[in-house]
Amino acid sequence: MHFIVCIKQVPNTTNVQIDQKTGTLKREGVESIINPFDEYALEEAIRLKERFGGKTTVVTMGPPQAETALREAIGRGIDSAVLISDRAFAGADTWATAYTLSSAIKALGDYDLIICGKQATDGDTAQVGPGIAEMLDIPHVAYVKKIEDMNQETIKVERMMEDGYDLIEMPLPSLISVVKEINTPRLPSLRGMMNAKKAQILRWTAKEINAEPNNIGLTGSPTQVMKIFSPPHRQGGVKLEGSPEEIAEQLIAKLKTTQLL
Amino acid sequence: MDYFLTEEQQMMVDLSKKIAQEKMKPVREHYDETGDFPWPIVHELAKADLCGVYIPQEYGGFGSGVFGLVLVVEELCKVDGGISLALAATALGTFPILLGANDEQKKKYLPDIASGKKLAAFGLTEPEAGSDATAMRTTAKKDGDFYVLNGTKCFITNAGEAETYTVFANTNPARGARGISCFIVEKGTPGFDFGKKENKMGIRASITKELIFNNCRIPKENLVGKEGHGLIIAQATLDASRPGVAAQALGIAAGALDEAIAYSRTRIQQGKPICSFQGIQHMLADMATEVEAARCLVYQTARMMDATPGKRTTKESAMCKLYASEVAMKVTTNAVQVFGGYGYMKEYPVEKMMRDAKITTLYEGTSQIQRNEIALALIKESASKK
Repeated sequence: MHFIVCIKQVPNTTNVQIDQKTGTLKREGVESIINPFDEYALEEAIRLKERFGGKTTVVTMGPPQAETALREAIGRGIDSAVLISDRAFAGADTWATAYTLSSAIKALGDYDLIICGKQATDGDTAQVGPGIAEMLDIPHVAYVKKIEDMNQETIKVERMMEDGYDLIEMPLPSLISVVKEINTPRLPSLRGMMNAKKAQILRWTAKEINAEPNNIGLTGSPTQVMKIFSPPHRQGGVKLEGSPEEIAEQLIAKLKTTQLL
Repeated sequence: MDYFLTEEQQMMVDLSKKIAQEKMKPVREHYDETGDFPWPIVHELAKADLCGVYIPQEYGGFGSGVFGLVLVVEELCKVDGGISLALAATALGTFPILLGANDEQKKKYLPDIASGKKLAAFGLTEPEAGSDATAMRTTAKKDGDFYVLNGTKCFITNAGEAETYTVFANTNPARGARGISCFIVEKGTPGFDFGKKENKMGIRASITKELIFNNCRIPKENLVGKEGHGLIIAQATLDASRPGVAAQALGIAAGALDEAIAYSRTRIQQGKPICSFQGIQHMLADMATEVEAARCLVYQTARMMDATPGKRTTKESAMCKLYASEVAMKVTTNAVQVFGGYGYMKEYPVEKMMRDAKITTLYEGTSQIQRNEIALALIKESASKK
C-alpha cells in the first residue's frame, strides 16, 4: 500500500491578518507550522502503514522553506518527502494548487490512498483535497472521522456529519480528507528527528511534474479576490422550549422525523 | 545567553519542550493533587527516545552524556519538577551500572532503560544512614552463588514502579566504608518488597517508598564492581547525578521566572501593570540573573564531566547542585511574591513550583553536605600544591 499525504505550511496563529489591498493573507514575520489538520492526515497515514504495511510519502507545494514541514513529517515517521517548488507556482488559488498537487501525484506513480487535512487554517477553503481527487478522476470522501477497514480494493470510512456520521465504502485508489476526531497525532521522536535531518527530500519544479504552464500559479488561477470579509457567525441549533414534558415530546417527535428513533 | 548547543542538543531541547507543553502541562495539577504515578507521560518520553539520552549508543541510548540529561531535565522541569523525576531518578539508579558494571551487566540492563521500557531506582539511604551512608545497616551475606540481602532502604524515588534497582549493602561490616558493595536487584525477586508510600510536600507526581529486603537472594552476578567498592560507586554516581538535580532545580526556577514575568505584565494595580513598578522589576532582574548564573554553572559542569570521563568532579558537581537548588528556592519564593495573594493559591502554578523546589536542596546531599564536599575539595587541592 502506498499512502500519500498532502500538507501545507501555515502561519502559527489562529488570527491571520488580511491585507485589505490585495485580499491575501499576511504571512510575513509569522512562524510557519504544519497545518494542524494535516497533522491528523500524517498520523493517519503512519497508522495505516503500521496496520496494513506499505510506504508513506508526504507532498507539499510551497516555497523552499516548506522543506521544514516535510522534515518534521519525516520526524514523525513518514518515509519520504517531495517538495514541489517553483516560482511559477506563486499566487496559486485552490484550483491551481489542486492541479499542481495532482500533477505531482501522477508523477509519483502508483498509490492507494491520498490523505489530506479537511482544510488549512489560513485559507479555510477545504477545496484542495476534493479538487485533487477530481483532477485525478478518483473517488473521495471529505470529513472522515474514522477508517473502519481497508483492503487491497476498497476502504470503508465514517464521514462526520452535523447529525451523526455516514458509513461509506469506496474503491481504491481514492482520496480522503480527515477531521481532528480521527486520531491524536504523535509527537516526533529523537530518532525520527535525526532521520529527518539526514533525509533526502525530492525537489520537483513545474517541469518534473509535467505541469501545463497555463494551469499553474496566478495564471492558472480562475479565482480573483474582489473583496475579503469575515462571514457571519453560525447560528446555534434548534432550541426546544417549554416544560420538561413538552420539551421531551418535541424531542421525541424530532428524533422520529429524523428516523433516529 | 547563547550556549552554542549542537543541532542534536537543540533537538532534545525542542522535543522536551514540546512534550512538556503538550503532554505534561495539561495534567500537572492532576498528578500533584493525586500523587498517581505519571505512566502516560513516561510512555510519551519513551516514545520520544528521551529516556536514554545519557546512555551510550552501544547500549541503545543517544550517547549525549550528562549534558544531554541536563538539557532534557531542565526543559521538562520548567513545566513540572515532579513528573520529570521518573526519568531523572532513573538516571540516578542507572549511573552505578554505567560507572561500575561490567559489559555483560550493561548489555543486560541498559537497553531496556534506554528505551524507556523499564525505570530504575537508586537505593542508598536508610532511616539511620542519610548524609552518613557508611552507617548503613542493610547487609548482603555471600551464600554460595548468591548474596542474601536484609534491611530497609527509605525515601527511594521510583520505588515500586521501577524494575531495576541499584542497592547498596554491607558485605563486610568490620571494614566500615570499605565493606559496602553495590548490587542490581530486580523487582519481583522473592524477599524484595516495598514499604509505605510517602506523602510529600512537593514533587508529588514522583513516588517515594521504602525498599524492604527480607532474606532476598540475588545471584552473585548482580554484584556491581567488586565487593567493598560500593561506596566509591555511590560517590561517583552522586558526582554524575548531582548535575541532574541541579538541572531539575534550574528548570523549576526558570519555569517560575517565566510565570512571574508573564503574570507581572497582566496584573493591573494602580492602573498599571505591576511590571512597570521598579520593586517588581528589580525582583525579576535578580531572579533572571540568578537563573542564568545557575545555568552557566550547571551546563559547564556537565560539559566538563562529558569531556573528561572517569575524572572525579565532586567539587564542581556539588557546586552546581548547591547553587542551582538554592537559586530554585529563592526564585520560586520570589515568584510567589510577584503573584501576591494569587501566588499562594493552587489555581496558579507557582506555589507548586515553590513546593517542588525545596527537595532539590535536600536530596542527593543537603546544601550543607554539598558545602562540606566543596570545602573538603578546596582543602585537598590546597594541600596537594606543595
